Amino acid sequence: MSKHELYLYPVWLRIWHGVNAICIILLIITGISMQYGNLDYPFLPFKTSVQIHNFAGVIAAIGYVVFLVYNHFSGNGKQYVPNYRGFGGRISKQGMYYLYGYFKGEPKPFPITKENKFNPLQRFSYLTTMYVFVPIIAITGVGLLYPELIFTKIFHIGGVQLTAVLHSVMGFFISLFLIVHLYVASIGKNPLRNYKSIINGYHASDEH
Amino acid sequence: MSTEYLFKKYLMLSLLLASGIFCFAQDEPVTLSEQSSHCIQCHGNRYYKFHNKVTDTEVKKLMNPYYYIDSTKYVKAIHSFFSCEDCHSADYANYPHPSELKLEPKLSCIDCHGGDETFAKYQFDQMAEEVENSVHKKAFGEQFKCEMCHDLHSYKLGARKENSKITEIVKQDNEMCLSCHNNLSKYQILTDNQKPELLKTHDWLPNQELHFLNVRCIECHTPVTDTVMVSHNILPKEKAVHLCSDCHSTNSILRDKLYKYAAIQSRNEGGYYNSVILNEAYVIGANRNKYLNIISLLILAMAIGGISLHIVARIINKK
Repeated sequence: MSKHELYLYPVWLRIWHGVNAICIILLIITGISMQYGNLDYPFLPFKTSVQIHNFAGVIAAIGYVVFLVYNHFSGNGKQYVPNYRGFGGRISKQGMYYLYGYFKGEPKPFPITKENKFNPLQRFSYLTTMYVFVPIIAITGVGLLYPELIFTKIFHIGGVQLTAVLHSVMGFFISLFLIVHLYVASIGKNPLRNYKSIINGYHASDEH
Repeated sequence: MSTEYLFKKYLMLSLLLASGIFCFAQDEPVTLSEQSSHCIQCHGNRYYKFHNKVTDTEVKKLMNPYYYIDSTKYVKAIHSFFSCEDCHSADYANYPHPSELKLEPKLSCIDCHGGDETFAKYQFDQMAEEVENSVHKKAFGEQFKCEMCHDLHSYKLGARKENSKITEIVKQDNEMCLSCHNNLSKYQILTDNQKPELLKTHDWLPNQELHFLNVRCIECHTPVTDTVMVSHNILPKEKAVHLCSDCHSTNSILRDKLYKYAAIQSRNEGGYYNSVILNEAYVIGANRNKYLNIISLLILAMAIGGISLHIVARIINKK
């Protein structure tokens, strides 16, 4: 281990992240397959999609509870809590770095430390995804798995329908997050370094 | 065929013609005629009383459940404007009923509705043809009659009535199937075969209860047809729909079945992707929301566009 390498991602977090990643990818693929099913262009059989989606969904939901519990007791959860004063300004500063400063070779505005492992943009997107999108998609997912739990009508609109629309909208945002998350992880001198970090747990602080 | 039967047939036809389409529009309960009220005194109850002249006693007996008429349903039924004796012999007015009445042929739906322009839009003749091909008719031959599914004393318009709620259509239509398929005694009138256990034969179906409550049996058990609004050609079980994506897809067969009326209306109004289904039910794969689709595609295009530009900028910057 080099002295420049920070041990940022403990084993539990990497296992959760890996399992979650596989589940989310399966959920996105099967979700799209169900939502955009077309008899003329069958992608995955509907029944198979439903089975995989249900299985991966339950695993991801359990994983989310594990994530919340670990986050609470390990203190990792604090990484997600922003200092709201000037948060917007710091987010734009990080955004500007990706758009401009990064190409100019400027130093990172918010270097990664063990205490502060997310830059403001990461903090914002992780907070929104993990504490808004994921809980909503998990709750609506449980509702769709057990439709008898859902209100029949909410203001003359079917409860299942509203739940399903909310579930797909959240699914869309999480898919979007995944695309951007995967891309931003490649930004750095070595595009593969961050992917390696989440596997071995060490972050090369001098490189990114 | 007795002259009385023929007389009744023509009486019915003239009554139908006189009432015209009005009878199909009525939904308010009618007041029973004096003659019908007489019949309903016994047939409207689960038991009946009569004076046994032989023993000179008052007798109270259970009504045969298949001869019991639910008067609250009857007065709201499509045929409620008829008196009992419009269809049944006037000789039933006396009790004990003359035994030979049991052997008289009963009027069938087609006897009144067949070949009649007044009812052309209901397509009775095409339906009769479809029934000829249905698994029920093939298995049970001439014994199989419309009234075995359509209870003439309580039948109301379902899918054909404007603004019908889909859940009500589903309930009414499925009750018709279940009246035999969930009732061993009725099932065995037509066959000695073992009655299939519906929950077991449908155990392959995910969310079974949800499906049973929200779609009709005939959605999967009849072919898609453009000629008849409600297909009456019940298919053998091997030919029933088993492929989820037959319904759960853009070109869902439900558009041509359960949602046929509403879908036609929606298409005329320039509807988009089964928007009609979205109003009353949710079918994964068949429901798309136009605006959500456009917005999501735009956001996705912006994200991918931004990433692509960033990649290009990185490549250029590296050189």
